[in-house]
This record gives sequence, structure tokens and C-alpha cells, in this order.
Amino acid sequence: MTKKKVTKDTDLTAVDRRKFIAGVAIAGASAVAAGEGAKAAILPQDGTAPAAPSALRPSAQMVAAESGLFQEAGADGSPGTVNGKPGSDFMVDVIKTLDIKYAITNPASSCRGIHESFVSYGGNTMPELLTATHEETATAMGHGYFKVTGKPIISLCHGTVGLQHAAMAVYNAWCDRVPVIMVVGNNTDAQTRVPGTPTLHTVQDPGSIVRDYTKWDDQPGSLQHYAESMVRAYKIAMTPPFEPVLISLEEHMQEHEIHSPRPLTIPRLTTPSFPAGDMNAVREAAALLANAEFPVIVVDRAARSQAGMENVVALAESVNALVVDRFGRMNMPNTHPLYQMGSAALQRADVVLGLELTDFWGTVNNFTDNVAQNVSPNVSPDAKLISIGVGDIYIRANFQDFQRYQPVDIAIAADGETTIPWLTEAVKAAIPAGRQAAIDQRGADARRNLAATRERSLAEAAANGWYVRPISSARLTAELWAQIKDEDWALVSRDQSLSFWPHRLWAFENHHQFIGGPGGQGIGYGLPAAVGAALGHREHGRLVVNLQNDGDFMYAPGSLWTAAHHNIPMLNIIYNNRAYHQEVMHMQRMASWRQRGVEQALVGTVITDPNINFATVAQGMGVEGIGPIEDPNDLTAAIRRGIEVTKSGEPVVIDVIAQPR
Amino acid sequence: MQYGKFSNLMIASLFALGAAVPSAIAADSESPREIYDRAGCWGCHGYEGQGGRHGPAIARTPHNYEAFSAFVRTTAGRMPPFTERVVSDEDLQAIHAYLQSRPEPPPPSDFSLLQGVFPE
Repeated sequence: MTKKKVTKDTDLTAVDRRKFIAGVAIAGASAVAAGEGAKAAILPQDGTAPAAPSALRPSAQMVAAESGLFQEAGADGSPGTVNGKPGSDFMVDVIKTLDIKYAITNPASSCRGIHESFVSYGGNTMPELLTATHEETATAMGHGYFKVTGKPIISLCHGTVGLQHAAMAVYNAWCDRVPVIMVVGNNTDAQTRVPGTPTLHTVQDPGSIVRDYTKWDDQPGSLQHYAESMVRAYKIAMTPPFEPVLISLEEHMQEHEIHSPRPLTIPRLTTPSFPAGDMNAVREAAALLANAEFPVIVVDRAARSQAGMENVVALAESVNALVVDRFGRMNMPNTHPLYQMGSAALQRADVVLGLELTDFWGTVNNFTDNVAQNVSPNVSPDAKLISIGVGDIYIRANFQDFQRYQPVDIAIAADGETTIPWLTEAVKAAIPAGRQAAIDQRGADARRNLAATRERSLAEAAANGWYVRPISSARLTAELWAQIKDEDWALVSRDQSLSFWPHRLWAFENHHQFIGGPGGQGIGYGLPAAVGAALGHREHGRLVVNLQNDGDFMYAPGSLWTAAHHNIPMLNIIYNNRAYHQEVMHMQRMASWRQRGVEQALVGTVITDPNINFATVAQGMGVEGIGPIEDPNDLTAAIRRGIEVTKSGEPVVIDVIAQPR
Repeated sequence: MQYGKFSNLMIASLFALGAAVPSAIAADSESPREIYDRAGCWGCHGYEGQGGRHGPAIARTPHNYEAFSAFVRTTAGRMPPFTERVVSDEDLQAIHAYLQSRPEPPPPSDFSLLQGVFPE
């Protein structure tokens, strides 16, 4: 890992600052009152030299007290230097109270003040600054990282050109209920900003660029305002619905010494309790589930933790309801008899519970993408529908991520993961005498069906072009599974492009083994989010597998350099069908509707002539590249080598020439 | 779109896509596989007709040509219909023959990689 060397003096500075931060974090605003009293409040009890409150502009006395250890930048009053503590040091003080492990940046001059403070004053730890080659990469890395760790990162970029680069990744995070803390640089004061490029990189209202898909933003006018807004931003982002937030930092406030009319304080973070469902509505829903003949639960982002996933299992088992997975998160082990990949079970349902669904309407209706645009119900018209989710709590107008309106019988506006345990208890209490036998029978049916489903999967895998070229998705999936199944593995990508074969052949049993998809379905999420997820897995030593689509790779290939530069181990399998294949099919559809030549469907949709060699692309960024692998019989050795490299702590790429799906 | 919506499609579903140009223009030497590729069937059903997320397996189709053709010409579901204007009868017959010629796959027991896949 690339670490900045720190001098002895700066190191000591960092230690003192951390002591102070601890004091502030514990004591909150009480520790930063002005004057001798405040100084006394932070004196160490062990008789060592006092640590000055970094939130205060150091007085001459404070400088003197600290002078045995270090000097603030420009404390000697040299012309052309900043005298006293710069504002961005205080900004870092605030961030250090928020348990943020990484800030990821594509460097931006409007952020140069806080950038320098992160790596020098802050000791480049908590947060550690990572380098990305694109702002979309930085932000999408935060997206993937959160879904593994449950913690947000800072994406640091220009408030103009950088934020516009990052915008797609912000939208994906928004749709996927993921918090990313966007910290952007800006300089609204024409008098103090450099003409030319820095002025081109200025905007009156940077938050407006992404306001349709961020939960909150602010452009603080003072450092005290900043402290409150940064803590507020963290609090808002980390309260369901988890969403991106944005703080804009004025350049002059970052770069120059602190001038505050009153002593600066760092507010204490109080994370609110998460919104749970109203118990009357929960009991009403429980009664429907307990009395149902054939209840079905549909899950999308129902679980964001191992405990959350286990709670979904407990709820399902309470009435032996089949659970239909929509793949937004790792919601339920696919080895569980009640687990369902397809939605066929809905046709038998008399009660449907939707947990944190992106699209309830699309769950209970079939929309056929044909000329007539046929719509048909996917559930009985008599079926009772229950929704639990944050979609009813928070919504914006412009982007249509809220999908079509679906009437339901009970709508519980609440965080699903928080509400599920209450619902389970209510269901158990509501099961009528004499109903248990029917519930048990549903469980027995599910176990029997699981065995049949497995047999069918194996037969279809064998029939899925085992020996053909391009390599079949089932063969690739089986080859990978043979070599990872005894490892502590984690998949950090979707598997739709492989026709869901991993979900059919692999045993997904732990929450960390799957993180869902991009949310907004914006291409370009895949590789950087996988790198971010791999970063989250790194401290656990897990074998990270990224099934990477070739088209997506090319949006942000520099993500691979970030993985190499920061030693983030991950096994990247390029599922290389040499096309934006979804678009190939769309063009085929259009041509066929219009009865025109389908050969033209390949114009603008395939990635050939020249074919991209992803192995050499990887090698150019310091990553071992293997392939292209065209013969399925070469897969075993290639995967074995890939796992060796990954276990050595490095990323690796295997380019596999594959079937369309 | 979700997997389950496609798993129930009729086995005869074929995203066969013909050319606007009359098939008579196609080279006489074109093999059935080449016709299958030119028609774009691979897009949803794979190069071997093995099927995938967007189209079911159609290799070794159990339907005779008449039933197969009737479906391809008249389907109004997710797969659009293909009239003679886009896939000639001659080409469609070749595609049907190609699909029926696909070899019977071995049973899963023949593949070591498919043993012990699922936890006990």
C-alpha cells in the first residue's frame, strides 16, 4: 500500500491532534469553550504536555505550549505562508470524528487545501486518501465499499467538472440506497479565485448538479457551519433510506488560517433510531401472513447485514412462505428450500409481502416488450399485497426510480430490516390453532422442490454447451465454483450476464457473498464498485470474485490501476461477449418489429474490430492479465493461476471469450 | 427484467431474426449454422441454441417444422413474429434442421465439475 512518509515532527503533531479529537468526540461542544477553562478541560491527566484544541485558532500561549513538539505552518510569520492553523485542518478534525476509513479522489485543485490536510496534518489515516483515475470510479468504489462494510466513504472532487463525472455513480448509489459522502471543492468568491481554469471550475450551486438524487447538500459559509453540516450530512446519509449527500467546501475556507469570531466546536454525532413500522399495521400484516393459504415474500434490498438476512429467513420460516429474490442484496441463502429465483410462485399467492422492492408494480405485473406492450397480472386479483420499505418515506420527483404506482392493501413506510423482527414476532403470535399443519406441509413441499430444482440445474448446465466456443456461462460458472467453494469467497458483481448460473450452481449462504447490482442500472458501475467492495473485503482476507462484463469494464478501466496501486486483491473474470449485448438484442428487436435487416443490429452495439485484449489492458496497469481464454479446457489452469495471484494480495484479470449470455 | 419472467417461455420461442434482403441473396454455400448466425438467433438463444437468460433452450427442439414455423411466424409475445419477409421458409427450415442436429448432451454424471456442487 502506498503510504506517505511523515516526518517525526508531523507525526507528533498527528498524535496530539488525535488526542484532542478524542476529547472533542467524547465531550462534544463542552470541550471547546474559549479561554483557560477550555484549555484546562483538555489537559492530559498524566502530566504530559498539554494538547491544544485544534478547533481553536492557536493563541500565542497555545503555540508556546506546543512549541516543544511542533510548529503550525507559517507560525513563524514568514511572508507568503499561512499563519496559524488552516481551515482544512479543522475540516479534517471534524471528519476524524465520523469513523470514515477512506477518502477517494481524482485530485482536484479546488480541493487542494483539504487534500493536503488529509495526507499531512491528518497523517493519511482515518481517512486514508486513495487515488482514483476518474470521479465516477471514486464514487462507485464507495458504493461497493458500503455494501460490504456498512460504512460510507468520502468521494472528493471538483464541484464542477469532477462532480459531473461522478454524477452517474451518485445516481446509481441513490437508486441503490447507498450513502456516499460527496465532498467537493468550489470557490464562489470571484475576488479570491484564480482566473481562467479555476473560474471555469466554479459553480454558484454545485449541489444542484446532483440534487435530484442526493438526500441533502450544503455549501457552508463558515467553518462552524461546515462542522455542523458535515456531521449532519453523515447523520442523514446513514439513516434509512441511506442515500448520498454532498458538502461543498469553499477554497478560501480550506486554504487560509482559521478566522472564527467564536471558538469552533465539533458537534457530537447522534445517529437516530431507524424507522420501524407502526405496530398496528405490522400486526395487521402479520394476520394476513399467518392466515394465508400460500404466502409469498418478495425481497430486493431486504437485508443489509448477516443479521438482517437471518431475520428474513426467520420470517419466511415462521409461515414457510416462499421467498422470491429480486437480487438487490444478499437477502436469503439460495440453499434454503424456501428460496426462489423465479417469480412463478407469485401466481399461486394469496398474500404477497414486498420487502424493500424497487418495483412492486413490475413484481405483480408482467409487461411484455412487444409492439402491443401487453400487460397482464402476475398475481391473483384477490391476492392481498403488503409493502414494507423506505420507498414510501422519501421520494423525489424528477428521476423515475420510484417506478409505477402500485396499489397495495397495507403499506408500511419503514425500514425493512428494522421492521422484520417485529413482524416475525407478530406473525408467530397470529398463527391460529390448526394452521400449523398447513404451514408444515408448505415446508415439506419446498424441500422436495429444492431437490428437483437442483437436479434440473445440473442437467441444464450439462446441456449448456459444455464444450463449445465461445465458452458457455454454465461451464465458466462450474469451473469457478470447483476452485472457490472451499474458500471464504465473495462475489462482488451481478450474474445476470451469465444467465444467473452462479445463483443456480453456487451456495450463497453468507451475507457478504453477494452485494446486488448498480441500483440505477447505469453501466460503468461494475468494475469500480467491485474494486470498492474488494477493498471492504480485504481486511477479512476473503477471496473476491468479480464477474466483469466487457462493456462495463471500458467505462472505467482505470479502476484496475487503483486496485493495483492500493494492493486490493480481486479475481476479475472478464465475461467477454464482445458486445453491449443487451443493446444487440434491442436492435434485433427493432429490426424485427419493422421487418428490416437484422444484420445491421450489430452496427453500434458490438465491441469488435479490433477485439479488446483485456489481459494486455490489465498488464498495462500493472495487473497480471491471463488470456484471452477461448478454449473451455484452458479455464481450470487459468482460474488456478488467478486465485494464486489474488491470494498473494494483488488483483488479476482473466479474459474469457464467452457466449452472449 | 428478472430471470423468472423468461424461464416460462415456450421452448419454441426463437428470437430468430432475418434479413430485409431476400434470403435468395444468401450464398448457396451457407451452412445451416451460418444461417442460424445470420438470422441472429444466437442473440437470445446462444450459438448452440443452449438458451440463456433471455431465451430458452431451443437445441433439439421437439417440435416438428410445421409447429416450429407456426410459432416463429405468429408469436406475439416477447419474441416478435418473423414473417417470410425477414426469414424465408428455406432459411427457417435450415435453422430448424440445425437445431435438431445438436447432439444430445451427456448427463451431469459425466462431468466431474458437476459432482458435489450443492452442499449436503
